[in-house]
Amino acid sequence: MEILLSLLIGLLVAASVYLMLARNVLRFLFGLVLLSNAANLIIFVAGRLTPEAPSLVPEGYSAPPELVANALPQALVLTAIVIGFGLFAFALVLVYRGYQSLGTLDSDVMRVAEPLAEKASSPKAELEVKGL
Amino acid sequence: MSWLLALPIIVPFVTAIFVFLLRKKGAAGRWLSVLGCSVLLIAAGSLMAATWRDGVVAAQMGGWPAPFGITLVADLLSAVMVLITAITGLAVAVFAIADIDARRESLGYHALFQILLAGVCGAFLTGDIFNLYVWFEVMLIASFGLLVLGGDKAQMDGGIKYVTLNLVSTVMFLTGIALLYGLTGTLNMADLHGAVQQVENQGLLSVVAVIFMIAFGVKAAVFPLFFWLPASYHTPPVAVSAVFAGLLTKVGVYALIRTFTLIFNHDIAYTHNILLAVAALTMITGVLGAAAQNEFRKILSFHIVSQIGYMILGLALYTPLALVGAVFYLVHHIIVKANLFLVSGVAKRLTGSFELSAIGGLYKSSPLLAVLFLIPAFSLAGFPPLSGFWAKFLLVKASLEIEAYLIAAVALVVGLLTIFSMTKIWAEVFWKPHPEEISPELSMIDGRTRLALLLPVFALAALTVTIGLFPEPFVMFAERSAGQLLDPAVYVQAVLGVTR
Repeated sequence: MEILLSLLIGLLVAASVYLMLARNVLRFLFGLVLLSNAANLIIFVAGRLTPEAPSLVPEGYSAPPELVANALPQALVLTAIVIGFGLFAFALVLVYRGYQSLGTLDSDVMRVAEPLAEKASSPKAELEVKGL
Repeated sequence: MSWLLALPIIVPFVTAIFVFLLRKKGAAGRWLSVLGCSVLLIAAGSLMAATWRDGVVAAQMGGWPAPFGITLVADLLSAVMVLITAITGLAVAVFAIADIDARRESLGYHALFQILLAGVCGAFLTGDIFNLYVWFEVMLIASFGLLVLGGDKAQMDGGIKYVTLNLVSTVMFLTGIALLYGLTGTLNMADLHGAVQQVENQGLLSVVAVIFMIAFGVKAAVFPLFFWLPASYHTPPVAVSAVFAGLLTKVGVYALIRTFTLIFNHDIAYTHNILLAVAALTMITGVLGAAAQNEFRKILSFHIVSQIGYMILGLALYTPLALVGAVFYLVHHIIVKANLFLVSGVAKRLTGSFELSAIGGLYKSSPLLAVLFLIPAFSLAGFPPLSGFWAKFLLVKASLEIEAYLIAAVALVVGLLTIFSMTKIWAEVFWKPHPEEISPELSMIDGRTRLALLLPVFALAALTVTIGLFPEPFVMFAERSAGQLLDPAVYVQAVLGVTR
C-alpha cells in the first residue's frame, strides 16, 4: 500500500512539475493543485498506514484497546486541505482578475511591474499581448 | 504566563475584527488600528521583560502537555522579534493614516494589516512546526490581500508572481514537515531537537533539512529563490511595502535560524556550508541587482535581498559571535529597511514619482527629509556610528575569527557597493534639481498629514541612532540570545519540562 501510494505521489509530482513549467499561469495553478495534493498524500503516508483499524475509542474506554490508525496525520491533512483550498480559490480569482486587467495569461508577457528597458518589439510578443 | 504569550496574537486579531467593522467609517478605523498596535507594543514589551527575567517562557495551549498539544514559547530571539514587529507595526499604522486612500481603507486595508501582524507574531511564538506552517499561511493570505488591494495593473502583475512562487514554497514546507514527521514521529520543535538525534538514517535527515532550506529560502528571499521579491514589492502603496520589507522576509530568516539551530544541527559541515555559499551569493546578486535599478523602491527591494545574505551568513558561520551578529543584524535591518521605504513614500508624495529620473531637488527644498533619509541609508551601508556599522562589524569579525577571509571580503565589498546605491539615490532624489524645476517643500503637505508621515520616520531614525550610539546593551542582549540558540537545552527544558 505504501509503495502504491509512493508511486502515485511520484506521478502527481511529475505531472505537476510538467504543468508548472508552462508559461501559462493557469496551467501553473493546476500544477500547484496537483503538487499540494501530493504533499497531502506524503503526510498521510509519513504517518504510516494502518488499514482497517479506525482510530475510534469504544464507549467506557479512555484509550483504544488495540492498535489503531494514527489519527494525527489525518488531522494534519485535513488542515492542509482546507488551507490549500482557500489559497487556491484566492489564486484562481487573482489570475482571473490579472487576465482581465493585463489581457494575458503568459507569464513572459506580464511585464507591467517590471517593464523592459527598451520595449520588446518582437512581433510574437505583441501577438501574445493581444491574446492570440 | 500563558496570557503573556497569547496576547501578541490575540490583540491584532481582535483589532482586525473591529477595524473591519469600521472600515467604511474612515478616521475611527484608522485610530483603532493605531490603538491596536500600541496595545500590541505594550504586550510585546511585557513579554520581552518576562523572557529577559526568566530566560525562556513557554505555555501549553488548551492544557495539552507537550509534545502532544500546541506550545507557545518565547526565547529572547522570539521576544525581540515580536517587539520589533510591534514597533514596525505601530510606525506603519501611523504612516498609513496619511498614506492609504479612502478606497483601499473601505476595502479593508487595516483589517488585513492587523491579521498580517497576528500571523507574523504567531510565527515567532509557536513551538510547533506544523503550527508554524499555519501561521505562515495566515501571514501569507493577509499579505496576498494587502499586495493586490486596490487592483492596479502593476499590483496584479506583481501579485501573480508573488502569490504563485510563495505557494510553491508553502507546499515545499508542508512536504518537509511530512517527511520530518515520518522520520521522528513528533512535530513539537523542542521534542524534535532530541528526536532527530535518534533517527537512524542521518542522510535522510539532511535531505529533509535541504527541503526546509528551500521552503524558508523562498520566504527569506535568498539566492536563487528571491525573484518574487523585486517583482512585487514596489507595486503596492508604501504603507504596505514598508511592512512587507521590514517583516515578511525576516520571518523566513527567523524560521531558518530556529530550525537550523534547534533541529538540523546534525551535520553542520554539510547544511551550514550550503548556507554559507547561499549567503555570499545572496549578498552579491542583491547588491548588483540594486545597482542596475533606477526606481527608488526597486533599489531598496534588491537591497533587502542583499541584506538577507548577511543574516544568513551569521547563521551559516555558526559560531557564538556570528549568531550575535545575526540577531543584531535582524533587529537593525527591520528598523532601517522599513524606515527607508517610508522615506521613499514621503519623497514620492513630495515629488510625484518613484522614478529617479523624474524626481529631484529634495535636499534644497526639504533638508529635514534629506537628513531623515541619510540616517537609515548610511546605517544600511554600515557607516559608524550607526546601527548597521556594529551589525556588519560583528559579522566580519566573526568570519575573520574562523579565518573565513573570502566571506569577510565579500561582506565588506557588498557594504561598499551598498554605499554606491545609496549615493545614487542621494544624488538623484536629493541633490540634482527637479527636472520640472519645482521645489517640493515639506510645508506643502498640510500639518496633520505631515505629522503622520514624518513621525514614524523620525521615531525609527531615532531608534537607529540610539542603537548606533549605545550598542552595548543591544550587543549584550544579542549575546544572551545567541547563547540560547547555541545551547537549546534551556529551550527544551522550558517546553518539555525535562532535560534531554
